[in-house]
Amino acid sequence: MRANTWSGRNKVEVRDVPDPKILNNRDAIVRITSTAICGSDLHLVDGYVPTMQDGDILGHEFMGEVIEVGSGVPGEKLRVGDRVVVPFPIACGACAACAAELYSCCENTNPNAGIAEKMFGHPVAGIFGYSHLTGGFAGGQAQYARVPFADVGPLKIESDLTDEQVLFLSDILPTGYMGAEMCDIQSSDVVAVWGAGPVGQFAMDSARVLGAAKVIAIDKEPYRLQMAERAGHIPVNFDEVDVRSTLLELTGGRGPDKCIDAVGLEADHGSAHIAAYDRVKQAVRSETERPHALRQAIMSCRSGGVVSVIGVYGGLLDKFPAGAWMNRSLTLRTGQCHVQRYMKPLLERIERGEIDPTRIITHTLALDEAEQGFNLFKNKQDNCEKVVLKP
Amino acid sequence: MDLTATTTIRRPASEVYAFWRDLENLPTFMAHLEQVRTTGDRTSHWAAAAPFGTDVEWDAEIIEETPGEKIAWRSTGDADVPNAGTVRFVPAPDGVSTEVHVVIVYDIPGGAVGKAVAKYFGEEPHQQLDDDLRRLKQVLETGEVVRSDGAPWGKRARKEFPQRPAQPLSDAELEKGADA
Repeated sequence: MRANTWSGRNKVEVRDVPDPKILNNRDAIVRITSTAICGSDLHLVDGYVPTMQDGDILGHEFMGEVIEVGSGVPGEKLRVGDRVVVPFPIACGACAACAAELYSCCENTNPNAGIAEKMFGHPVAGIFGYSHLTGGFAGGQAQYARVPFADVGPLKIESDLTDEQVLFLSDILPTGYMGAEMCDIQSSDVVAVWGAGPVGQFAMDSARVLGAAKVIAIDKEPYRLQMAERAGHIPVNFDEVDVRSTLLELTGGRGPDKCIDAVGLEADHGSAHIAAYDRVKQAVRSETERPHALRQAIMSCRSGGVVSVIGVYGGLLDKFPAGAWMNRSLTLRTGQCHVQRYMKPLLERIERGEIDPTRIITHTLALDEAEQGFNLFKNKQDNCEKVVLKP
Repeated sequence: MDLTATTTIRRPASEVYAFWRDLENLPTFMAHLEQVRTTGDRTSHWAAAAPFGTDVEWDAEIIEETPGEKIAWRSTGDADVPNAGTVRFVPAPDGVSTEVHVVIVYDIPGGAVGKAVAKYFGEEPHQQLDDDLRRLKQVLETGEVVRSDGAPWGKRARKEFPQRPAQPLSDAELEKGADA
């Protein structure tokens, strides 16, 4: 089959690789009809997430048709011919984490738990196409994929919704939604979202759906801010205005009640000398993150507010504003999305027309054009917001 | 050499105990064991793969046992690598799960076998036992050892890095089996 692979820092390559096969009884094989490039793929391709190997198949947002199921998958759960969206965390459904619906912390699905344990203290779930740290699972930017625990994760799509309407249930829509849900939104809340990329856009839409009074989008790309504005959110361009004073102005001096970091470890800007410090430390790998968005969210949030982090961080950061966090009674909440928890309720919201996931798609390319898709997205060319690949 | 490791398994103690007490189940999660053959109510014969094509074999007996709570064993006779161990099954505070606490003591001899065994266990022998318990947890909670494309042999510290790339195995690799 054809598959998009990591072939060195800042290099992807579509290659011929063997077709996937059933390795565990609860596996299924899915013929992929749509897959997407995610912002966190960029962290892999850039080399910020360690443990990538030449030939690793990328991609953790995908959907398609089941063409084979292992002997351990009950027919009432999944059958050949079913149309499914596959969640990015691989979860067993049986461990204590899964029992608590903390699917991205599944205790059984990472065969490389020893590496993750050294990095994170405790291991995390296996993730498709997301380094050997998260299990060394082949990803879904390919014609076919092996899906472990196929009786637990995949969501069957039984209506005639298009791929584009449901594909993002695999990751970015639930991730954005969880970012808003963690904010415990009240009807009087002003919610500020750092990052107007795909996850940020869905965090904004979700904050609105959950009842926020006002949603603010913070980014520097005019096309991303325009996209947010068209959806009814308030744009703030951090290249043009001072973010803190603008947020104070928009909130009567209080600061946003709830702040969502949808940026993560490759944030731009910040005060010039701190940003330079982060870049240098990150370049020599003595710090893995550039936590500018996180710092600004903490400093801007109103006292007693919530800072919700859905941007990806990989390792260690410093110059963390612990004083602001502690002295002003802030709540910090975070997590890789527990996608399985949100897929069904969000599918229902899509069916009811409350959320339109298709609004962020700017490019649809063939799988063989994956490299071009990565370049467009990474370099924010041609107003690229979200790339869908068709195998 | 003393090794200790512990894990929590979301199954009742009686079930985890019963699985372990059927000693022939041990190779399903203890990666270095080739076979455990029950030879009597409390006696068994163990065979383990060691590096450089060396095989290590020994007889063992259960020396103490409390059903549902504890099993203690030791090697008997002229074992290549004398060893003894204890596993305790303790109900976890959640009322559902079982804490498994293992202590294994190896008397690593000198000579070629001793060197081979020491090298086999590598720099992080605790990791090896830790891996065994992770696989035990996988087997009891999910029904099997979880495999990925990059780690088709499942959880194994010695093979954690470098791995094969995360792409499907070729037919030839698949034929070679878990150690491809």
